[in-house]
Amino acid sequence: MSAPPADQTSRAPGAAFILKKALISAFVALVLFSLMIGVRTEAGPQGQLIYWTRFDDLAAMVAAVFVGSILMELLRQWWGPVDTVRVVPASVQSALSLVGRLVAPVLLVFTFLVPVLFYNERYILDLAILVLTYVMLGWGLNVVVGLAGLLDLGYVAFYAVGAYSYALLATNFGLSFWICLPLAGILAALWGVLLGFPVLRLRGDYLAIVTLAFGEIIRLVIINWQSLTGGPNGVTGIPRPTLFGIPLSPADDGLAALLGIEFSPTHRIVFLFYLILALALLTNWVTIRLRRLPIGRAWEALREDEVACRALGINTTTTKLTAFATGAMFGGFAGAFFATRQGFISPESFTFHESALVLAIVVLGGMGSQLGVALAALAMIGGFELFRGLDQYRMLVFGMAMVLLMIWRPRGLIGHRAPTVFLKRSQAISSDLVKEGHG
Amino acid sequence: MSGNQILSVDRLSMRFGGIVAVNDLSFDAERRKITALIGPNGAGKTTVFNCITGFYKPTSGGIRLTHDDGHAIRLERLNDFRIAKLAKVARTFQNIRLFPGMTALENLMVAQHNALMRASGLTFLGLIGAPSWRSAEQAAIDLARTWLDRIGLLDRADDAAGNLPYGDQRRLEIARAMCTQPALLCLDEPAAGLNARESAALSELLLSIRADQGTSILLIEHDMSVVMEISDHVVVMDHGLKIAEGTPRQIRDDPKVIAAYLGADEEEAIAVMESGT
Repeated sequence: MSAPPADQTSRAPGAAFILKKALISAFVALVLFSLMIGVRTEAGPQGQLIYWTRFDDLAAMVAAVFVGSILMELLRQWWGPVDTVRVVPASVQSALSLVGRLVAPVLLVFTFLVPVLFYNERYILDLAILVLTYVMLGWGLNVVVGLAGLLDLGYVAFYAVGAYSYALLATNFGLSFWICLPLAGILAALWGVLLGFPVLRLRGDYLAIVTLAFGEIIRLVIINWQSLTGGPNGVTGIPRPTLFGIPLSPADDGLAALLGIEFSPTHRIVFLFYLILALALLTNWVTIRLRRLPIGRAWEALREDEVACRALGINTTTTKLTAFATGAMFGGFAGAFFATRQGFISPESFTFHESALVLAIVVLGGMGSQLGVALAALAMIGGFELFRGLDQYRMLVFGMAMVLLMIWRPRGLIGHRAPTVFLKRSQAISSDLVKEGHG
Repeated sequence: MSGNQILSVDRLSMRFGGIVAVNDLSFDAERRKITALIGPNGAGKTTVFNCITGFYKPTSGGIRLTHDDGHAIRLERLNDFRIAKLAKVARTFQNIRLFPGMTALENLMVAQHNALMRASGLTFLGLIGAPSWRSAEQAAIDLARTWLDRIGLLDRADDAAGNLPYGDQRRLEIARAMCTQPALLCLDEPAAGLNARESAALSELLLSIRADQGTSILLIEHDMSVVMEISDHVVVMDHGLKIAEGTPRQIRDDPKVIAAYLGADEEEAIAVMESGT
C-alpha cells in the first residue's frame, strides 16, 4: 500500500471541487424535480385544472442531492480509484479462490435440497420455481447476448411462442407435455431463425430496436388473433404435467394412490421444481458443451471480431442464425414449462418488461458467465421479493442496488471469461480484453 | 509466363464513387513463390487485397485462383468467407485483427472452424462426445500446438491474445491464417511496427512457410529489407496503376520506381535506395 505521494495529492481534489460538483448536481435536481415534485396538478371536481406547490418537498429533495453528492465524493476519495490494486494477503486470496470454486457445487447441492428443506413452505417453493425459470431464461439468452454478442431485446417472444405452442397443442389436440416440450422448443427455434434473417445485417442499436419490435409483434399477434389464441382472454385449462403419463392428482390412478401415500398438492409443486431444475441444468449442460465445440467458439469469435471471422472462412450468417435458434429453443422450453405450471396464459405475461428483466439478469451476471447469470437471477428475482416489505419504495431501492452494483462491477458479477480449451492451465481472461460484441 | 500461376489478376479495376483506387491492374502470383506488392501510401495495394479476399467486389476485371489440381476458381464471384473456405485464401490485416478476449490457442482453434464443424457432425456428434469428434479435436489442438511452437509462443498458448506483445500478435495472426491450411496466404504489411530483429524473424518464418508448407504468399510491405530479402517477384503500384514488375534486383534499379517513391515520400525513397546498396 505504498502509493507515491504525487498520486495521493492528485487523488484528493480540494473542497472547491467537491462543492462545485455538489452544486451542479443540486441544480440538475432542481430543474428535474421542480415540475415533478414542486408543482402538483390534479383535475378538479368540475374538470378544471387545480394545482398547488410543494416547495418544501422540493427543497428537501435538492438538499438531499447536494449532501448526497458531497458524501459520494468523500467516499470516493476515501476508497481511492476503482482500479487501485489493493494488496490482499496470499492466504485470503487463496481462501477467496477456494470459495469461488465451491460456489457452484454448493449452490447446486442446495438447490437440489430446497424441496426437502422447505417442504412445508409453499411460498419459498413457488419462489424457487420462479427463480429457476429465470435462471433458465437467462442461460438461454446468454447464448445470444453473452456468447454471440447479439443484443436481443425481444427474447420474451420465444418464451411466448413456447408457452402458446404447448398451450394450444395440449388444449386442441390433447398432446401430452412430454411430446409438446420438444415441439415448443423446435417452434421457438424456428421463430428464432425467422427473426434472425431480417436482422442479420443489423448491428448494435439497430439490432436491439428490431428485436424489441419483434417481441412486441408476437405479443400483438397473440392479442389480435382471437380465433386461435383467445386474444386477451388467453388460454385456460392447460393440462398439468404428468410423471410420464401418471397424473399428480388425488384420482385413483394418480401418483399418490399408486405409491400408497396420502395425496398432497405439494407433490405437484415439488415435481414442477425438479422439472424446471432439470430443464435449466439441461440448458446449462448444452451451453457448456456448445462453448467447447466449433460452433460455440465461432459465436465467441463473432462477438470478438466479425471481419476476422469472415477472413477465416466462417459463415457468419449461419453462425448468427444458430445462436438465435439455440437461444430461442431454450426460451421455448421455458415457455412450455411456464404454461404447464400456470395452467393459464395470456399475452399479459409476455410484455417487454420480461425481456428487459432477463436481459438485466444476463448483463448483471456478467455476459457469458453461467454461474454469474444464475447468481444474478437469484439476486434479481429473490432480491426483489426480499424488498417486498418496502412497498412503494421497492423499485427505488432495487434500482439503486443495481446502479451501485454496476459501478462496483461494470462487467457484471462474474466478468472474466474462462477459456474453452487449454494446453497447460486454464487461466481466466480479464473482462478488459473480452469484447461485448456489436450485434 | 510459366503457366504455373496460383493467382492471376486480370484488368482489375475498383472505383469508389469518382475515385479510381485500382485502375486496370494485371499481375500474376506464381505457385510456391513469394510475391510482393509494394508502392507508396495510397497506391491502392490494400484495395487490391480486399478485392482478392472478397471484402470488396471489384468494379471490373477478373481474379482467377488455380489450385494444385488445376481447378480454377473465379474469386470476383465469391464473397469473403467463401473465398477463405472454398478457394483457400487466408489473409491478415494491416491493423491486427485477432480475437483479443480468446487465448492464443483458441484463436488457432477458431481458424480450423470449417474442418472441425465437419468433424463434429455439424455439432451433433460433438454434443454427444463421439470418439471421431474427440480425435479430430485432438488433431486440431496438435496442429495449433505445432504452429504455436513455430512462432515461439508455445509458452503463452493459454494467455489472452490481447495480452501478447505487438510482435507476437503479428506472428499469431499469421499462424492463425496458416491454421486454415490455405493455398494462398495474403499478408497486409506483416512487418509494420516490428523492430529489426522481429522483422528478420518474420522473414525467416515466411521463408519456412513457403519451403515447408508450399504455400504461395502474396504480401504488401513497406519494409524494403523484408521485401528485398524474401520476395521472388515484386509488383510496384502507384496511384492505382502497375508501374513496374520484376525480380527484387530489377525493381531496385528501376528509375520509375525510385521516382514514384521520391514523389510520394522521401523517407520511403531513401529506404528503397539504401536497401538497394
